[in-house]
Amino acid sequence: MKNRWIALYVENQVGVLAKVSGLFSGKSYNLQSLTVGTTEDGTVSRMTICVTSDDITFEQIKKQLNRMVEVIKVIDLTNVPIHMKEILFAKVKDISSSKIDEVFRIAEVFSVQVADIGEDSVLLECKLTERRNNELIELLKSKFHNIEIVRGGAVAIEAISTTCR
Amino acid sequence: MDITGRKLFVKALREEGVDTIFGYPGGMVTDIFDELYKQEDIQVVLPRHEQGLIFEAEGYAKATGKVGVCLVTSGPGATNLITGLADAHYDSIPLVCFTGQVPLSLIGNDAFQEVDIVGMTRSVTKYGVTVQDRKDLGRILKMAFHIARTGKPGPVLIDIPKDIQVQSGDSEYPKEVSIRGYKPNESVHIGQLKKAYRLLKSAKRPLILAGGGIHIGHANDELLKFVERTQIPLVTTIMGKGAIPTSHPLYLGNSGMHGKYACNIAVSECDVLFSIGTRFNDRITGDLNEFAPRAKIIHIDVDTAAISRNVVVDVPIVADAKPALEKLCEWAEEQDTLKWREKIKGWDSEHPLEMRRDRGMTPQMIMEHINKMYKEAVIVTDVGQHQMWATQYLELGGRRQLITSGGLGSMGFGLPAAIGAKIGQPYKHVICITGDGGFQMNMQEMATAIVQKAPVTICLFNNYYLGMVRQMQQLFYGKRYAGTCLRRQKGCSATCKGPNEACPPYVPDFVKFAECYGAHGIRVTEESQIQEALEAAKRNEDAPTLIEFIISTDEIVLPMVKGGNPMKEMIL
Repeated sequence: MKNRWIALYVENQVGVLAKVSGLFSGKSYNLQSLTVGTTEDGTVSRMTICVTSDDITFEQIKKQLNRMVEVIKVIDLTNVPIHMKEILFAKVKDISSSKIDEVFRIAEVFSVQVADIGEDSVLLECKLTERRNNELIELLKSKFHNIEIVRGGAVAIEAISTTCR
Repeated sequence: MDITGRKLFVKALREEGVDTIFGYPGGMVTDIFDELYKQEDIQVVLPRHEQGLIFEAEGYAKATGKVGVCLVTSGPGATNLITGLADAHYDSIPLVCFTGQVPLSLIGNDAFQEVDIVGMTRSVTKYGVTVQDRKDLGRILKMAFHIARTGKPGPVLIDIPKDIQVQSGDSEYPKEVSIRGYKPNESVHIGQLKKAYRLLKSAKRPLILAGGGIHIGHANDELLKFVERTQIPLVTTIMGKGAIPTSHPLYLGNSGMHGKYACNIAVSECDVLFSIGTRFNDRITGDLNEFAPRAKIIHIDVDTAAISRNVVVDVPIVADAKPALEKLCEWAEEQDTLKWREKIKGWDSEHPLEMRRDRGMTPQMIMEHINKMYKEAVIVTDVGQHQMWATQYLELGGRRQLITSGGLGSMGFGLPAAIGAKIGQPYKHVICITGDGGFQMNMQEMATAIVQKAPVTICLFNNYYLGMVRQMQQLFYGKRYAGTCLRRQKGCSATCKGPNEACPPYVPDFVKFAECYGAHGIRVTEESQIQEALEAAKRNEDAPTLIEFIISTDEIVLPMVKGGNPMKEMIL
């Protein structure tokens, strides 16, 4: 069992998201995240899907997606060089001014932006890989007692020349 | 010139060559019915329930090879289709189902008879969509027929809001349609096919397993040629039975949960299993770890997703059965399988497929009479014990076709599917083999058979029980017959262990039931009466004949492999 990534081109039509997500629930596939948005062609949407599965199930997932009429193309991103980022907001609340400094230091180390600030809270805006975001959340949780997280699910695109993920 | 949506609808049916549709009216399809009233090219069959309707369309599609077309109203009309959609989806039957829908402006308002039918049926249709714009109607109708009948066939649902039906728009019905996400595979990978043939040729104990894909792909002649050229013995799934004539010396029988002993042993002992047009359903494989343990497996199927899903195969080939077998026939050479076939024959004589003949009438005897009586026939079954006996004992292939609900196993399928088959093939004998349980699930369709002048012969096996489940209770649940006795009434003992003198009479009286519809009813209790009853039924061309065969409650379907057990472990 491991995380795998799929880029999925689909018709930009009513019900397609429900059909794709319905496949995952109906067949008990373990969906981790799914993001969707239109592409440069307004009639086509692109999804970035992360699933946790074994090899056999993953093959089956790709085949099942492929045979949907509304699916135009399935690209397996698991083993290709890609750029992947996830948007995440982290609000750290109920903290003293010394703790606010600490949040700023963390922001610096993680190279994330401070998007907003108040007397006792700071809002971080992060565009990191999913794993890096996880690490940041763990760190914030261990240091502060009241944090609020909202994350968007990852988007990914094939790399041009680099091999970063 | 612009025309209304409803006019374009009828035009589309004509252009697709549709001459029969199965329709039940209602508020949201009255416009389309009104349009159909004004023409004579397309006959509208009015059933008595929408579930019967869609099973009729399935029977019609199976018997004719055409697309079955359904037209029902929104809400309950649409939801009543769902079992049939799932059934057609499982058995790859081409259907185009039209549902009326409330006007676009009312969708989402919980309007009268509004349901999200496309949402409800997404997982049991090949494709489904609500028409959102009149200008898309022609293209969507064209897509529906194209998708239903190409590739792996299946049901398509098109939901048409009432306002789209009456709105004016383009009168053009497209000649063809291109769908960027849907390109059915039409070619065969020759390299893979060669690899498969080399493997098959190297085998000492080769075996062919043929499924329903042979019938769907019209590959029967090619398969027969291939089998005869190579001299490799063949077993089938239930859906594949009749792939080559069952009387052929190289045909062994069905494998699977209720397959023949020799067939299941042959699958377990073969060294190369050449499977085509089957998806290795759990009823065929049993315990996956023990399935064909000595064999290298070749798998040819049109559905990519069916390959290496249940069984890991050595040579996967995505292809339609017909072109694949055509190519294989070019290379096919005779193999020395004599010893291997002798071995299989030995297993067969150890445990032949046979029911007792010492006391009373058995289902096997009835099947044998049907075999003798009809040289050309469409035989339709319901679901249950009678279905398994039919698939075990009927002679099929050539001019004898079997239609059965294989994947979903929908009780209530038999009678309506037989009526649909008769409507599609009025000059063929259509025999419906059914049980007392399944028959009662859609027996209102008797009226449809009468009014459509569809004189089907109904062979109803009455053992007073839901026999398939009773059989499991008898074997695995300590004879606790919970919920399976159809004579049971209020006041019966809670722990009844089976029939006794105090049993209440069976309801309904099926002979009287047939007669009250204007059909013929005959009750048969002994073997000596079978022949005469079937002959009478054959003569009755004015109305259906229902023959009720009273069979022993104790008769069970054997051999049997308990679900999840290895196929070798048969109860004999």
